[in-house]
Amino acid sequence: MKTAPDVAALQATFGAAVTRHAVSNGDHLVWLAPERAHEILAWLWSQGYAYLVDITAVEYRDPELPFEVVWMLRDLATGRELRCKVALDPAGPLAVDSVVDLWKGADWLEREVFDMFGVTFRGHPDLRRLLMWETYHEGHPLRKGFPLRGHFSRAEQTRQALAANPEAHYSIEELSIAEAYEDLPQEMRERLARGERGNV
Amino acid sequence: MATRTVEMELRTPGLDAQGRVQMTPLGLQRVERTADDLHAEHMLINIGPQHPATHGVLRLVVELDGERVVKVIPHIGYLHSGFEKLGEYRHYNQIVPLTDRTDYLSPMANNVCLALAAEQLLGLQVTERCQVLRVIACEMSRIISHLVWLGTTGIDLGAFTPFLWSFQQRERVYNLQEMWTGARLTTSLTRVGGMMADVPDGFEAGLRDFCRTFPKTLDEVDTMFTRNAIWIGRTQGVGVLTAEEAVNYSLSGPMLRASGVAYDVRKDRPYLGYETYDFDVPVGEHGDIYDRYRVRLEEMYQSVRILEQALDRLAGLRGAPLNVDDPRVILPPKSRAMSDMEAMIYHFKQVMEGVSPPEGEAYGAVENPKGELGYYFVSDGTAKPVRWRIRPPSLINLAALPKMCEGALLSDVIAINASVDIVMGEIDR
Repeated sequence: MKTAPDVAALQATFGAAVTRHAVSNGDHLVWLAPERAHEILAWLWSQGYAYLVDITAVEYRDPELPFEVVWMLRDLATGRELRCKVALDPAGPLAVDSVVDLWKGADWLEREVFDMFGVTFRGHPDLRRLLMWETYHEGHPLRKGFPLRGHFSRAEQTRQALAANPEAHYSIEELSIAEAYEDLPQEMRERLARGERGNV
Repeated sequence: MATRTVEMELRTPGLDAQGRVQMTPLGLQRVERTADDLHAEHMLINIGPQHPATHGVLRLVVELDGERVVKVIPHIGYLHSGFEKLGEYRHYNQIVPLTDRTDYLSPMANNVCLALAAEQLLGLQVTERCQVLRVIACEMSRIISHLVWLGTTGIDLGAFTPFLWSFQQRERVYNLQEMWTGARLTTSLTRVGGMMADVPDGFEAGLRDFCRTFPKTLDEVDTMFTRNAIWIGRTQGVGVLTAEEAVNYSLSGPMLRASGVAYDVRKDRPYLGYETYDFDVPVGEHGDIYDRYRVRLEEMYQSVRILEQALDRLAGLRGAPLNVDDPRVILPPKSRAMSDMEAMIYHFKQVMEGVSPPEGEAYGAVENPKGELGYYFVSDGTAKPVRWRIRPPSLINLAALPKMCEGALLSDVIAINASVDIVMGEIDR
C-alpha cells in the first residue's frame, strides 16, 4: 500500500536545501536545491528509497515557470513514495548531477532526458542520445520550443537520412573496438565527433 | 576438473602407388599458442535491427572474444514515434489511441492505465462495474502478452510446438477482445471516467469457456518445458540477476519477481480493487531465465483465477451503471444530446474543449504484463496535458541486458534478450 513519506525528517536534515513541499493528488512532492540534489538523493537512498521508479523532466507551456527534473523514488519494503524535483531556469544551461552511482537503472533514463530535453547529467559515464541517433542535430524534441513537425521539412529529413554514412550508425566507442575509427577519412571522423553529445 | 590430453593424428584419405586407398598423414606444423594469443582479437558483431530473434527493431552490437560476450551495446529508437510529444497536443481521451500503439501486445491494459492516471488528476472514482470490466481487460492482456512471450521464446530456443499451442489460445482471447472492442489491436477501450463500450452478449460465456479450457494448454506447456533437459540447459543459470541488482536496475514485473523480490503493483500499490481479489504472486529465487519462465507461466494460471472471480462479480452487477455520472467527463447519450438543451451543451463542451482536469500532477501505475507501466501527467488546468510521461517497463528492463550478458555465450544473448520480454513499440515510443 502506498504510504506517506517522512518529509519532516528530510526537512530537518537538510533545512533550506528542501525548498518546497507539496501534495498533489495524494503524491508527495519536494523541491530540492539544484546544487545539493545529489547529496539529498544519496541520503534518501540510504534511508531505504532503494527503488528508482523514473527520471523525467517537465517543461511548462508558461515560459515564466521553471524547468523541472523529476526523480520518482520508492521504498519497496514500506511502500513510501516521494517525488523529488529540481527547478532550473529554462533559458539557462540545463545541468544536474547524475545519480547513476546510486541507481544503475538511472543510466538509460538520464540518457533519455538528455536526448529529449538536453539536460546534461554531470558524472554520467556514457551520456549519449538514447532514442534519436547519435548524429541527430535538430535539437531536443520534447522541449516546448521544438515544433511538433520538427525543425526541418520532410524533404530535408529524407535527404539527411539518405546522405548518412553507414559508419554513422556505429558509435565512436564501437568503431574503436573494431579498430575502424582510425581508418575513417578525417572529414567523417569530425562529423561523427560532432554528433551532439553532453558536456560530461 | 582433471585435464585430459587426447593424442590425435590428422590424416586424409588418398591413394598409394598401387592405386589402393590409404590414409596419408597431414603435414601440419603445430604452432604453440599462449592464452594471450588466443584472446587477442575481439570481434564486433551487429545483430539487428532486422533480425527475428531481437523481437522487433532492436539492434545489438556485440563485442566477442571467441564465443564469449565481452560487451553488449544495445541501440534503440528505430520505432520512435514521439508519442509523448503527440500527447501534449491531444485531449486526454484522444491519447487513448496512442496508448494502444505503445505496448501493442497488451493494448487494453495500457488503455486502463491511461484512464486511471487521468482519473487521478480529476479525482474521479469509477463505478464498480467499470472496475470489474477493467480488471478483466488487464488480465486478458496479461494472458495474451505472456502467450506471445512463451511462444516466441520457445522458438528462439528451438521449440516450435508450444508456439503453435500458445498462439492458438491467444487467438481465442483476441476473438473475445474483438467482440468487445471491435478491434484486435487498436482497442481504445477506456475513456476517462468509464469505458468505450460494455461487454456484448455472449462475451461472458465465451470468457468462462476460455477460463475453463485454457489451463489445459498451460499444463501441456508445463509438461513440455519445465523438465525438458534442453530447456533447462539453455535457461538455468543464464542471465542471472540478484535481488539487489534487480532493484538497483529498477526492474519491474516478472523480471523483478524472478530475482526474488516480491513486489507486484497489484498487491503493493493496489488499483481497481485488486486487493479484494484472491490470487498469488509467484516469486522466483535464482533470477535466471528459467525462473522468469516459471513466474510468467504461473502468472497465467493466476490471471485465470482473477478472471473467474471477476466474472462472478460481473454477474452480480448486471444492469449496474458503467460510466460515472459526471457530465464533465462522460458524453451524454446521443438521444438526449439531440433533444435536451443541457445535454447538448455538455456534448458540445466535451467534444470541442475536452476533459479539463485541475492544475496538478498524477502518476498512475498498473502491473502490465511487462512490468510496472506508469503514466505521469502534469496538467496546467487546460484540456491538454503539459507533460505525458510513459514509464516504459520494457525499456527499463532492457537496460539491464548488458549486465546480464557479461561473460555469456553469444547464443545466450538471444535467450537472455528473449527472457526480458521486450516490445519495441513501448521501448521507442
